[in-house]
Amino acid sequence: MTPRTLYDRIWDEHLVTTRADGTSLLYIDRHLVHEVTSPQAFEGLREAGRPLRRPNAILSVADHNVPTIDQEKGIADLTCRLQVEALEANVKTYGVPYLPLLDERQGIVHVVGPEQGFTLPGTTVVCGDSHTSTHGAFGALAFGIGTSEVEHVLATQTLPQRKSRNLRVRFEGALPRGLGAKDLALALIGRIGTAGGTGHVMEFTGPAVRALSMEGRMTLCNMSIEGGARSGLVAPDDTTFAYLHGRPLAPKGPLWEAALAHWQTLASDEAASFDQEVILDIRSLAPQVTWGTSPQWVTDIGGRVPDPAEAASADEREAMRRALEYMDLRPGTPMEAIPLQAVFIGSCTNGRIEDLREAAAVARGRKVAPGVRALVVPGSGLVKSQAEAEGLDRIFLEAGFEWRQPGCSMCLGMNEDRLAEGVRCASTSNRNFEGRQGRGSRTHLVSPGMAAAAAVTGRFTDVRRLMEM
Amino acid sequence: MEPFTTLTGIAAPLLRSHIDTDLIIPKQFLTTLVRSGLGRHLFHEWRYDAEGRERPDFVLNQAPYRQASILLAGPNFGCGSSREHAPWALKDFGIRALLAPSFADIFFTNCFANGLLPVQLPMEILETLASMEGPLTVDLPAQQVRGGGHTFPFEIEPACKAVLLEGLDEIRRTEANLADIAAYEARRRVEAPWLEIRSH
Ligand code: SF4
Repeated sequence: MTPRTLYDRIWDEHLVTTRADGTSLLYIDRHLVHEVTSPQAFEGLREAGRPLRRPNAILSVADHNVPTIDQEKGIADLTCRLQVEALEANVKTYGVPYLPLLDERQGIVHVVGPEQGFTLPGTTVVCGDSHTSTHGAFGALAFGIGTSEVEHVLATQTLPQRKSRNLRVRFEGALPRGLGAKDLALALIGRIGTAGGTGHVMEFTGPAVRALSMEGRMTLCNMSIEGGARSGLVAPDDTTFAYLHGRPLAPKGPLWEAALAHWQTLASDEAASFDQEVILDIRSLAPQVTWGTSPQWVTDIGGRVPDPAEAASADEREAMRRALEYMDLRPGTPMEAIPLQAVFIGSCTNGRIEDLREAAAVARGRKVAPGVRALVVPGSGLVKSQAEAEGLDRIFLEAGFEWRQPGCSMCLGMNEDRLAEGVRCASTSNRNFEGRQGRGSRTHLVSPGMAAAAAVTGRFTDVRRLMEM
Repeated sequence: MEPFTTLTGIAAPLLRSHIDTDLIIPKQFLTTLVRSGLGRHLFHEWRYDAEGRERPDFVLNQAPYRQASILLAGPNFGCGSSREHAPWALKDFGIRALLAPSFADIFFTNCFANGLLPVQLPMEILETLASMEGPLTVDLPAQQVRGGGHTFPFEIEPACKAVLLEGLDEIRRTEANLADIAAYEARRRVEAPWLEIRSH
């Protein structure tokens, strides 16, 4: 048999049929549903009088719209509330498993799925959300889809797909102290650009990836969409299996043993060929921070705001000039000299327990700098309780951070957690697009440790210095 | 879905790179429960100032581009979120064809589900098209963009072309494979029994 990549294998295992026009019909094992991208899909189903094929293959939760204070009091914003109510009505009509707002398991869909053991190695996972790539950390083929495709999956449990190309990302060397998966992701996107992975599935390899926890692997795969790839993959190993063992929706007993035997075979063949390969030496990598309005515009914390005059092309020069104008930054400014007014720690990129531990380690015994508003939003209710059990909430509160209830929150500001115009924010989320956190707001993407360091110093600061003290 | 065959119309130039879905339709309009009505919020932050007044310097606020049915854009158009609100907003505004050097994957797929034609053309050609006066014709059967005496051919996958030309309903197409799907499910229940979720 010709050597195959992990992606090829999962693809082959899910191929229902190849149609006359050459498109492939792929079976979908797991479907995550949230309130923003599903109402029109359910509506379409209803209008056509179609049944839902496999309700048990779905897990649904509201996350984008939900408030992060006083969730007990319900959702004040009318349009947000109507959307969550629409989801609740739909899941009831169609018998879809749902985690209600006040359930401890509620949270961001990409935090909740893995936590519940819903995401499994070798499966296909979809959601009407681009960061579905997160689940690739388990060796699942996971990708974001549009609402029409959500409807398609609800009705048929399949999707017509064209096969992507294979891209291998190999990180050489071990991660230096004080750096994490977020720095790997940002450095990679800085290298290949936000369109670098378009049309490809990325598989992450190398000793640093093997050394990452599941939380770290999820951070890395989460950002593969920011590098243009619809999916990222990490081959499953003992770290994966240990994480999944005993999770509520993971297989149990003899089924666990059978699953494990299969999962242990899930890897790219030694001789498999990739259409593209990117090798990144990370031995001397420094913490990363973005300076522009695209995740690819990133530099070392020791670096400076670049000069558009040095851009490779006229188009790029103009794009950089516009980004710097929006970000209100002058070329040549050292990154560490940039003051900020807001810090956001949370999101499906960095809202897991390990991320909160990393931030708390920096916040411990320090105070949020005057003039800075800092928010910590756990990715799920379970992350929140775990953090509280470890006393992380007290560390944050004593340092002057706000401690919130779970949700997407200021990652995109669909609820009231929004930045005012002109406010500069160090954010652990994944997108620094214009207006992402609020109209006219300025987002710099960083790791949780770097975000905490920014909060306590009031400017971008190399977190490693605070760790040495 | 309404089929797409040949379209002649005004082409609005917006030749920036990496126009993301947050720019195409910002988050505050994502709470809608329907597919229609998003056209007036298309490119909201660029189109209106903080008080909601039109910014006269934005291309879609200028004649004749208010009537545009074709958009000329830079590389990596539609990057970012999977929100189908982006193609819904474009379509509701009146855009039916998008011409750009490249598109982000999910956005590209979402276009076909909504009868929107994304055409890939090199940047030099887009610049030529942007500098021309008068309407353009996007001819899908012939796979050509024509205008100002020029003709530019483009590539499109036959399956994607068929979806637009015939206005195919993808779910109905897949329903023709229901027996294959059932057979696949039966096989998987034996081969990978751990995939069945028993408790929720
Ligand atoms: S946390 Fe942000 S990126 Fe993640 S699903 Fe929510 S809005 Fe999307």
